[in-house]
Amino acid sequence: MSTHAYNIRKASRRARRSSRNPVRLPHLDIELTERCDNNCIHCSINRPPQDAQARARELTASEWKGILSQAADLQALTVRFTGGEPLLRDDFEDIYLHARRLGLRVVLFTNARNLTERRADLLARHPPLEPVEVSVYGMRPATYEAVSRVRGSFREFWNGIRRLQTRRIPFIVKGALLPQNVADQDRFETWARTLPRMRRPPASLVLFSLRERRDSPARNARIRALRPAPEAVIACLERHADDNRRSLREFCSRFPSPPSRALFPCGAGCTPSVDAYGKLQPCLSLRDPSWVYDVRAVPIREALARLAPRLRRKTAMRSSYRSRCARCFIRGLCEQCPARSWSEHGTLDTPVRYYCHVAHAQARWLGLLPPGEKAWNVHQPKTRIQRMQSEILHAQPHPSRRRLQTV
Amino acid sequence: MRNLILLDAVYKPSDDIVARTIEGELIIVPLVAGIGDMEDDLFTLNASGNDIWRRLDGKTTVRRIIQDLAKEYAATPDAMTRDVIGLLRELLKRRMLVETRVP
Repeated sequence: MSTHAYNIRKASRRARRSSRNPVRLPHLDIELTERCDNNCIHCSINRPPQDAQARARELTASEWKGILSQAADLQALTVRFTGGEPLLRDDFEDIYLHARRLGLRVVLFTNARNLTERRADLLARHPPLEPVEVSVYGMRPATYEAVSRVRGSFREFWNGIRRLQTRRIPFIVKGALLPQNVADQDRFETWARTLPRMRRPPASLVLFSLRERRDSPARNARIRALRPAPEAVIACLERHADDNRRSLREFCSRFPSPPSRALFPCGAGCTPSVDAYGKLQPCLSLRDPSWVYDVRAVPIREALARLAPRLRRKTAMRSSYRSRCARCFIRGLCEQCPARSWSEHGTLDTPVRYYCHVAHAQARWLGLLPPGEKAWNVHQPKTRIQRMQSEILHAQPHPSRRRLQTV
Repeated sequence: MRNLILLDAVYKPSDDIVARTIEGELIIVPLVAGIGDMEDDLFTLNASGNDIWRRLDGKTTVRRIIQDLAKEYAATPDAMTRDVIGLLRELLKRRMLVETRVP
């Protein structure tokens, strides 16, 4: 042993991906309930808070504890509690503490309305080790409640925020940009800048997904009506044009999409999720019943072992996908994925026209495509990416880098 | 908390942390607030630190740990004492250890 043989240092906060275990589980998403006390106009999953049928089907605290223990045994370091609204469960504290006692970090997605004094005390005493992520639907009662459609919800949300702040519990905020609250966007971003953990402008959901369970044509029609046109998506990017252009260009250059019919190049299965009723899904969004496993009947390890080869083998069969998406070099920019395809069309490989239009608009904005050209017709995509990479290299350094250089 | 670490003292991991081995690496996960500098810190030890940690079992005295490791690492007792006591101080400062028996 040397003088500094012992060494205590901070461990990486990134979820670890196992290189040795055939069954990999660095992170598990857990959807504690689909019920939510908000009734947001754009939501793709929520069920009413008093939905007795949904409640009766939900896993018990004891079953969740078993699943968390399995996740820890599979070396997961992080779990995400989401929903619905996870704090709607009366036994949330019990489940949360079990996760923490297993040595799991917890990412909590919440609207903060049910963040009572008692629960805030719990998070202060037993920190989740990841910032709580609070969804913000407006900065005033009128705008917030035009989205949440629940009277009094803004006040409860704001009380929850105050409880986090009083106890200095780390949290970040994110939004959903809708016609009902767009007037609050500047105020939201200004406020977010004052929060200690917000190091960049808050992310705002813009490309709304249809109902993931394909359960409501009426709600789908409403969601479609809320979707911004591709030009409006670009207008959102223009709000922080330099930052957005830079990060999107870097993203595209790091994740080019070689031609492939593989349907799951996205990492589905590496970070699976368990829904409120005990179904293990390849990811949080893919609800196709033929791709889920009941973890009440099958251990997670076995479910993942069965899932992995299926995901690797699955290729697109539909000609529209093979002639377009499979050849498209901007797939990394596109929200198209099997989960979205399933919620829109009931198949895994039907191109979703809306996402395609948005991705092409983004590519034009980045200078990757001229007007009118389709990305799947580009014969030398590498040249385009390389040209963009060289533009990144010659561009002015990021303001934060400039500061570092000055120092 | 006492600053003095006696060679006949016995230590064990605190109930305020969870020690996990992930991919062969020891990760110390705080269970309560105030263990790290920030609320979201995780900690890890290098291989030598890990060897010390594994012996902090609530039964083995500090003296015995030093003797065992000095033998294993072919180090002088003085050097090993510095290393072991140094790590114990760090861990006690961060409330990751508790003393279980005072001689």
